[in-house]
Amino acid sequence: MARTVTTTRKSVNTALAWAIGLLIFFPILWTVLTSFKTEAQAVSDPPVWLFFDWTLDNYRTVLDRSDYARFLWNSIFIAGGSTVLGLLIAVPAAWSMAFVPSHRTKDILLWMLSTKMLPAVGVIYPIYLIFIKMGLLDTRTGLVVILMLINLPIIIWMLYTYFKEIPGEILEAARMDGAGLRNEITYVLLPMALPGIASTALLNLILAWNEAFWTLNLTAANAAPLTAFIASYSSPEGLFYAKLSAASTMAIAPILILGWFSQKQLVRGLTFGAVK
Amino acid sequence: MSTKASRNAARLMLAPAVILLLGWMLVPLTMTVLFSFQRYLPMRGGFQGWVGFENYASFVTSSAFWPSVVTTLVIVGSVLVITVVLGVVLAILLDQPMWGQGIVRILVIAPFFVMPTVSALVWKNMFMDPVNGLFSHLSRFFGAEPVLWLSEASMPSIILIVSWQWLPFATLILLTAIQSLDSEQQEAAEMDGAGPFSRFFFITLPHLSRAITIVILIQTIFLLAIFAEIFVTTQGAFGTRTLTYLIYQRVLESQNVGLGSAGGVYAIILANIVALFLMRIVGKNLDR
Amino acid sequence: MGRIVLKDVTKAFGDVTVIPPLNLTIEDGEFTVFVGPSGCGKSTLLRLIAGLEDVTSGRIEIDGVEATAAPPSKRGLAMVFQSYALYPHMTVRKNIAFPLRMAGMDKAEQDRRIAQAASVLNLTDYLDRRPGQLSGGQRQRVAIGRAIVREPSAFLFDEPLSNLDAALRVGMRLEISELHTRLKTTMVYVTHDQVEAMTMADKIVVLRAGHIEQVGAPLDLYRAPRNLFVAGFIGSPRMNFIGGAEAAKHNAHTIGIRPEHIAVSAEAGEWSGVVGVSEHLGSDTFFHVHQTGLADVITVRADGEVGFRHGDRIYLTPRADVIHRFDETGLRIA
Repeated sequence: MARTVTTTRKSVNTALAWAIGLLIFFPILWTVLTSFKTEAQAVSDPPVWLFFDWTLDNYRTVLDRSDYARFLWNSIFIAGGSTVLGLLIAVPAAWSMAFVPSHRTKDILLWMLSTKMLPAVGVIYPIYLIFIKMGLLDTRTGLVVILMLINLPIIIWMLYTYFKEIPGEILEAARMDGAGLRNEITYVLLPMALPGIASTALLNLILAWNEAFWTLNLTAANAAPLTAFIASYSSPEGLFYAKLSAASTMAIAPILILGWFSQKQLVRGLTFGAVK
Repeated sequence: MSTKASRNAARLMLAPAVILLLGWMLVPLTMTVLFSFQRYLPMRGGFQGWVGFENYASFVTSSAFWPSVVTTLVIVGSVLVITVVLGVVLAILLDQPMWGQGIVRILVIAPFFVMPTVSALVWKNMFMDPVNGLFSHLSRFFGAEPVLWLSEASMPSIILIVSWQWLPFATLILLTAIQSLDSEQQEAAEMDGAGPFSRFFFITLPHLSRAITIVILIQTIFLLAIFAEIFVTTQGAFGTRTLTYLIYQRVLESQNVGLGSAGGVYAIILANIVALFLMRIVGKNLDR
Repeated sequence: MGRIVLKDVTKAFGDVTVIPPLNLTIEDGEFTVFVGPSGCGKSTLLRLIAGLEDVTSGRIEIDGVEATAAPPSKRGLAMVFQSYALYPHMTVRKNIAFPLRMAGMDKAEQDRRIAQAASVLNLTDYLDRRPGQLSGGQRQRVAIGRAIVREPSAFLFDEPLSNLDAALRVGMRLEISELHTRLKTTMVYVTHDQVEAMTMADKIVVLRAGHIEQVGAPLDLYRAPRNLFVAGFIGSPRMNFIGGAEAAKHNAHTIGIRPEHIAVSAEAGEWSGVVGVSEHLGSDTFFHVHQTGLADVITVRADGEVGFRHGDRIYLTPRADVIHRFDETGLRIA
């Protein structure tokens, strides 16, 4: 039964929630607004809110910095590559654990999860050495592998919880219908799990896009993604607020939009299914 | 329940993930442990012999160690308290009937998707800058002297930035948990004469206890490892050097790999203690 | 063709033996029903035949060919599941086409077979719908359609009607029986419902705890149950069991008499008792008779119009020729 609520109470709730919501959102809003200002307006005191000369100059300037496109491409490549690679490895693993569980399945799942807890700073130097030896330092491939590894447990867990919801009888039906393992997965499991796989991919893209320890420490000029690009604004360019804002907006916009679509899955993925 | 053939296929398909994660865990971990027993300075002669537990001892006895532990604990603790308390309040508020609930949700969750380098930089320059930051404008508007946020109030500043990033996460998880609360249970309590406060303390809060525990554990793991927020803002200065940042400086900045690795082992042990509790909860959840 | 032979088949899950050594032959074209209470191993047995589980020991032959180690996809059998197990992301047409597609059949032949199956099963108008848009009965027919198009050597049904409501169940029962008459293909059917078993089967296999209690035609099982378990399981309402002195009169440890084999009278009879609950079905009435001195309750069937009331004293006379006698181990005395 829905509770009946007076209009007054609903209005108070609405006002309060919107006020808090806007307050939390304000830094992002302010960044986006500032990105359309001139540098002078960006630092003006008192601040200008909406009535300023809207301009796209900052975006042009940032895009003209010839390397912006490369940072962007590196971000896309690294986040996308690690997601695709992760799914390729995780789908078969999650299939195994969801549909052919053994008495060890639970332990394996928990162990996989525990690898996610390994503090990066504890293993940075060995990875750094291995990367030098293998020529992976400052390469996109190297980061794809690292980000795939750190997020693999989450991908496997999410896929596992989605696969668990698919009745095993349907896969058995496919087997009875003459499908081998590959066809069973391609024609039955994957299409049925598609929404789950899409959300998993989305969450992984977000995590990989925003990852800032490995991407800052294992890249230099060549493979650095947007996290490093933004960090390079630390000083002195960071004092050009309008350009900083434009760059920031471009770095976060795609992922913010993806993130809004995947809130529910975020809860599930990041709590490993413990909160649904 | 399956055939031998499918069990074999399952083992084969699980193998790549297991092997990769095993390698990911064992190889660097073993190397870190080995380094931690060496005097190893790559820029100044490289390997200079085995030193037993010397690195462990000197890491702990160095003047930077205890402050860094305190800094870490203060940041983690404050952010946890802020995000959990505000998260509960916000989750309850967002669960109330209102207009535009979906949009408010989107506004509240947004900071979580902002990459840490961006949020650190935006806060540092556009809000906390003593000359041009919005906060300084605000102070002057009220006739006060602008605060030198990141140097004079460095810890509160960092805590503010990190809390802003993690409040959405806590809110979202707690909101999800609240929405799974049986409304009939609430109504039954209301029929039994429970007011809003006793309903909150006797029904809502116990129901949320598991979600709160999970928020605490997961955030702890991520908060112990925060890096970009400090890297971009203070570089560890002004008393904001956390354990993670200290280790990072030892290994990558001063290139004292042996010492840094010993610190790394401490960090790993610390994370594992937290992880152990998290595993317990998640593991129980698997049995359901 | 579809002759299925199980030789000394056993199945254990870990330390738990679900099927002790079991031998069974299902003849080509036969409608065989596995029946028994839940947990008796009937579904496991079906899954062993299907190849969805492998046997712990023993052999399975299909049409004289050893199939013990063959994967399900290579056994040439089709299965209809309890949950129907339709592919929710495919239309009805694609669902039915799936086994043909897996077999690499050419498109024209696929279309011909789908059209034929759809017309047999009244699905022609629904071919482009998704399973989610169909009723329970229609889904069941799609599942059957998916099974028949590939012309398997045998059909396996795993409690296919248990998710349908009572009225549909009777209708589907008839449809499956008709299908069997028309196709003359071997069918193996698992159910816990003895009514389904009695009405559909050529041969019933009664199972308990993985053991075969009795195999035979429905009426043979009804007329001559081999032991107390089968006697109690087959027939509805249940057979009455009477021990003690009354059984001893017939030189038995226990005697069994079906409710429909007891005559009821208001005046006189061999036994007497007091009417408790009456179940009026219209065509028949079942009286639960107490205080007979024979058993807690004796169930009797009377004509639908017979109108005894709660508390009436009535007299019962069993038909002497259909009294079943059992010894102390529960086995039938011939």
